[in-house]
Amino acid sequence: MGLFEDYHPLKGKTFQILKPDGTLQPDSKPPISDQEIFHLYQKMLFIRLADQRALILQRQGRMGTYAPIWGQEACQVGSAAVLQKGDWVFPAFRELGATLMMGIPLKTIFLYWMGNEEGSRASEDVNVLPVSIPVGTHPLHAVGLGWAARLKGDAIVTIAYFGDGATSKGDFHEAMNFAGVFKTPTIFFCQNNQYAISVPRSIQTASKTIAQKAMAYGFDGIQIDGNDLFAVLVATKEAVEKARSGGGPTLIEGVTFRFGPHTTADDPTKYRKDEEIEPWKPLDPMIRLRLYLKEKDLWSEEVEQRFTEEAQKDIDQVVKDAEAVPAPGVEEIFKYVYAEMTSSLKEQLAYLKTTL
Amino acid sequence: MAKLNMVEAINLALREEMERDNRVVVLGEDVGREGGVFRVTDGLQEKFGADRVIDTPLAESGIVGTALGMALYGLLPVAEIQFDGFLYPCLDQITNHIGRMRNRSRGRFICPLVIRVPYGGGIHAPEHHSESPEAILAHTPGIKVVTPSTPYEAKGLLLSSIRGHDPVLFLEPKRIYRAIREEVPEGDYTIPLGKARLVQEGKDVTIIAWGAMVREVLNAAEQLRGDKIEAEVIDLRTISPMDVEAIVTSIRKTGRGVIVHEAPKTCGLGAEIIALINEKALLSLQAPIERVTGFDIPVPLAKSEHYYLPNSKRIIMAIKKVISF
Ligand SMILES: Cc1ncc(C[n+]2csc(CCOP(=O)(O)OP(=O)(O)O)c2C)c(N)n1
Repeated sequence: MGLFEDYHPLKGKTFQILKPDGTLQPDSKPPISDQEIFHLYQKMLFIRLADQRALILQRQGRMGTYAPIWGQEACQVGSAAVLQKGDWVFPAFRELGATLMMGIPLKTIFLYWMGNEEGSRASEDVNVLPVSIPVGTHPLHAVGLGWAARLKGDAIVTIAYFGDGATSKGDFHEAMNFAGVFKTPTIFFCQNNQYAISVPRSIQTASKTIAQKAMAYGFDGIQIDGNDLFAVLVATKEAVEKARSGGGPTLIEGVTFRFGPHTTADDPTKYRKDEEIEPWKPLDPMIRLRLYLKEKDLWSEEVEQRFTEEAQKDIDQVVKDAEAVPAPGVEEIFKYVYAEMTSSLKEQLAYLKTTL
Repeated sequence: MAKLNMVEAINLALREEMERDNRVVVLGEDVGREGGVFRVTDGLQEKFGADRVIDTPLAESGIVGTALGMALYGLLPVAEIQFDGFLYPCLDQITNHIGRMRNRSRGRFICPLVIRVPYGGGIHAPEHHSESPEAILAHTPGIKVVTPSTPYEAKGLLLSSIRGHDPVLFLEPKRIYRAIREEVPEGDYTIPLGKARLVQEGKDVTIIAWGAMVREVLNAAEQLRGDKIEAEVIDLRTISPMDVEAIVTSIRKTGRGVIVHEAPKTCGLGAEIIALINEKALLSLQAPIERVTGFDIPVPLAKSEHYYLPNSKRIIMAIKKVISF
């Protein structure tokens, strides 16, 4: 039986390979070599450090509102790692990890959250769409693009990232339905981090799992331990290969936890007690990888410290570079609205210049 | 009397009205346990329980569509849409159902409900958090559109909105949520919908604004005193239905006008107001009416937002232009 039959959502099982204590589930093996695991661990660590830096910058007044990914590194790194160059990524707004993995420069990401329009400039040759702040609206785009690729006979896949809250939106259900009907090569990757701002998952849906929603739309769904890099890698790879070979969409529910605030504008103590966070702490995706790698002699405190120092230096440089980018001039906010600036926009721009 | 900001004034209005009338329910994203992302509904769930202050799933169309159903069955829902940019999915429910229910049932079914929406820019928010959709809403038959400009106004207008017999889009200028403190009485008072407020009298020019722009206009008017220009300032308060009488009376007096709004220029309410003035007071005009507005572009990210928002400098330029015409 295949993975998606074994873990059919109505069986009530959550797919996991690497346990929180760093050992493997019986009869399972890591999907990639230990060296590769170490490499992805380093990516996750870099992402965590960059994410923390964004929070610090925000507190110092050097960045605007920011949505941290702290705790969701395995979901993002594992899923993005199995994509290929021609594949397309449709992020929500909490995807520092996945977008960095796909090749968006950290500087661009920082610029965007700093409120500099330069941060909106899409990187050439990177198939990552802009951040989608209107929750749950972008999975439709992933379905449409994948559909077009299928019609053109291109073997690419599309992946949409979103949260548990997004699954309440009508657009999400329309996307799932279209994907099912037209068998689009789409991966719906839900990072179920238990909360949509203050609203717990239990208020988003009466379904036992989010994964089981795929059943209603006629395609595979699977609930996985989203803090287990190995499970994320295996499930996403399976979904990607299936999609690439014409097998249609998959909904992956990565069960995870948002350790940080919803955004820097949020005070989670209003709705989330410390007791609720405690049980998640040992489930941190980094901890089990460290334990696993330590066992393989690939990780130690010194290795961690050395890497951290280097990463911090790199991030320092990125921050410096980002802050050196001047705020865009007035033309920049008019230039991209239409293919060609309309005469009324030209007039408005000329007027604006006289007022500065 | 307590000095309150707009957040507190709206909170007080909701609290008192929920006490007075047990048909009033509050629903929306994060309005319960969290008390709303701007804390407008803070403490209400504790006081009135989770059946009257309801955290909903994340679905804007769902929130207002079910609010319609609740209103049909005699509740008085006050729905919150968390930010202006997320109101757009509700337009189907608002234009196709909420605004038409009375008309479509020849008066048998009505849905008096209030949809509260923090709106407008100026808080350095991320994308989609700085929209001014009032013209789209005013263009929709069957709903009223209200926007307060001070805490006192907010309480009185919200109470009228809840008690009225029509659906109301209540747009709260989030930029001044905490910027103004003034005395807001406890207990009952209402400000009628459809009546503008003459904020300050003047003989030289009429300035028409609403929401957060009223403060900018007053700031500009203050600076013009030095130039011996006396500006009459009108706060529309209710955008739909509009107090045409107040506008026309003032224009007849001053002969000159400037309209200030944050929304994009093209097909903004400024255009409608000019058309109304042309219809009713053309011969009183001594200069073409000027508009100071946002531009026909998406509201820029934080670092460029100041280019977009009308400010006192632009307002003063426009006033001088109409005066020296
Ligand atoms: C359509 C829409 N409604 C409301 C918001 C405000 N908002 C931003 S994020 C968020 C919660 C999203 O929850 P979820 O989809 O679970 O993603 P998470 O934030 O947990 O990553 C809300 C309500 C929004 N951005 N878009």
